[in-house]
Amino acid sequence: MTVKYSEDHEWIKVEGDIATVGITQHAQDALGDVVFVELPEVGKTYAQKDTAGVVESVKAAADVYMPVSGEIVEINQALADEPSLANSDPMGAGWFFKVKLSDASQLDALMDEAAYKAFAA
Amino acid sequence: MSAPGTELLKTPLHALHVDLGARMVPFAGYSMPVQYPAGLIAEHRHVREAAGLFDVSHMGQVKLVGADAAAALESLMPVDVMSLGVDKQRYGLLLTDQGTIIDDLMFVNFGDPAARTGEALPRAAGEREGPQLFLIVNGACKAGDIAHMQARIGERCQVLPMPERALLALQGPKAVDALKRLVPGVEQLVFMTGGAFGWNGTDLYITRSGYTGEDGFEISIHESQAEAFARALLAQPEVAPIGLGARNSLRLEAGLCLYGNDIDTTTTPIEAGLNWAIQKVRRTGGERAGGFPGADKVLPFMQDAAGNPAAQKVARKRVALMGKERVPVREHVELQNADGQKIGETTSGLLGPSIDQPIAMGYVSPEYAAVGTPVFALVRGKQIPMEVAATPFVPNRYHRG
Repeated sequence: MTVKYSEDHEWIKVEGDIATVGITQHAQDALGDVVFVELPEVGKTYAQKDTAGVVESVKAAADVYMPVSGEIVEINQALADEPSLANSDPMGAGWFFKVKLSDASQLDALMDEAAYKAFAA
Repeated sequence: MSAPGTELLKTPLHALHVDLGARMVPFAGYSMPVQYPAGLIAEHRHVREAAGLFDVSHMGQVKLVGADAAAALESLMPVDVMSLGVDKQRYGLLLTDQGTIIDDLMFVNFGDPAARTGEALPRAAGEREGPQLFLIVNGACKAGDIAHMQARIGERCQVLPMPERALLALQGPKAVDALKRLVPGVEQLVFMTGGAFGWNGTDLYITRSGYTGEDGFEISIHESQAEAFARALLAQPEVAPIGLGARNSLRLEAGLCLYGNDIDTTTTPIEAGLNWAIQKVRRTGGERAGGFPGADKVLPFMQDAAGNPAAQKVARKRVALMGKERVPVREHVELQNADGQKIGETTSGLLGPSIDQPIAMGYVSPEYAAVGTPVFALVRGKQIPMEVAATPFVPNRYHRG
């Protein structure tokens, strides 16, 4: 199991050919109190870098991009109902969606934790 | 606004903000706290329930001095300045020659210092004798406002910026409890009045007013004492520091306009629904009717002094909007009717932390301006249902005595 990070401040945790995606601790901190999320439709296919969702705080709205290409297989309804999970547990209960990878080699170009920490610093 | 690369200015409370762990952002050319570690929503709620301290020292404090100052200011604003009593405060609007809004401001009649007893008034460098008006203008507009007043009325009265003064706001239902411990007597002020007070040997000018819809105070203090006074306020059990983020959500819930968003040099006071700020004495048929910039673009569009209806209609009106779904609607979002035709645009919008619903302000064609009218905001290509709402969204709790 690997966790990788995108330059758009998403994390992606890979288990087999399914990956879970959320926003990073740094992203939630920069946004502030999250009050609304819009999640993609299950079954829809996106290319890497497509906008797959929206996360909004009181002041700001940000797009959530697909860190990899693939099909949405599950969304986190608990997050839609309680958007503050993105603040309180961004890497856990605040996950956004699960995607079935269509090109696992895209993962290679994403950052590991050390690289992301340096990037976000 | 500061040009890219320009060094940001710091308020006298900058070190305190950093100590408190604030996130600092550029605002009106200053480095300002947008939020503290508690976060925007917790800060917002704290003001509604207890008391919050805001640093608003980026705002401009200006004195107009001289026997002709009130009449001179009336030549720039559609507002009754001359009959305002001593230590009374009023809302004003500087207008362009097209009747659009250069800035909105608050002003107090200080009267003639020679005729006052009690605590000293704040002094401006170089002030002469005579009656004084004390103005508080928006930070991003202050340089322009001062230049405008110097150019238009600088020969009728002194226009004296007071950059050495800090401005703090203490807002919330428990603000009075906290402040009266440090400054006994402030509890006697009522909404939109002010008074000269003292603390630790320094003069304070305090008004009972604010920008949150709550009871509260704005306190002008010399920069040298500002941090000590702010720390003394923060030591009171009711008081927490509040950033500009919550200031914006609080004012929008209170239905108050933000200059630069909801009003600017493209909007007239009538389009903005600020008719209440134009007293009868300055309206058509009033004792001092007109005589302000753009009067011909303003007065025909409003009721006259005798209550006769407006002769002409504005092309758009400012409205408040409440979302029917949880999707936040932000500024510069297109507003449509049910048929998908554009009827206007939002100028402010967020999810109101107290009301827990999306709220917004914007301008629409007048036929859509009545309270209860359904409108739609176009968010990411989808129509989000909203309704024209009455303001304030959250009831005001001003202390009117």
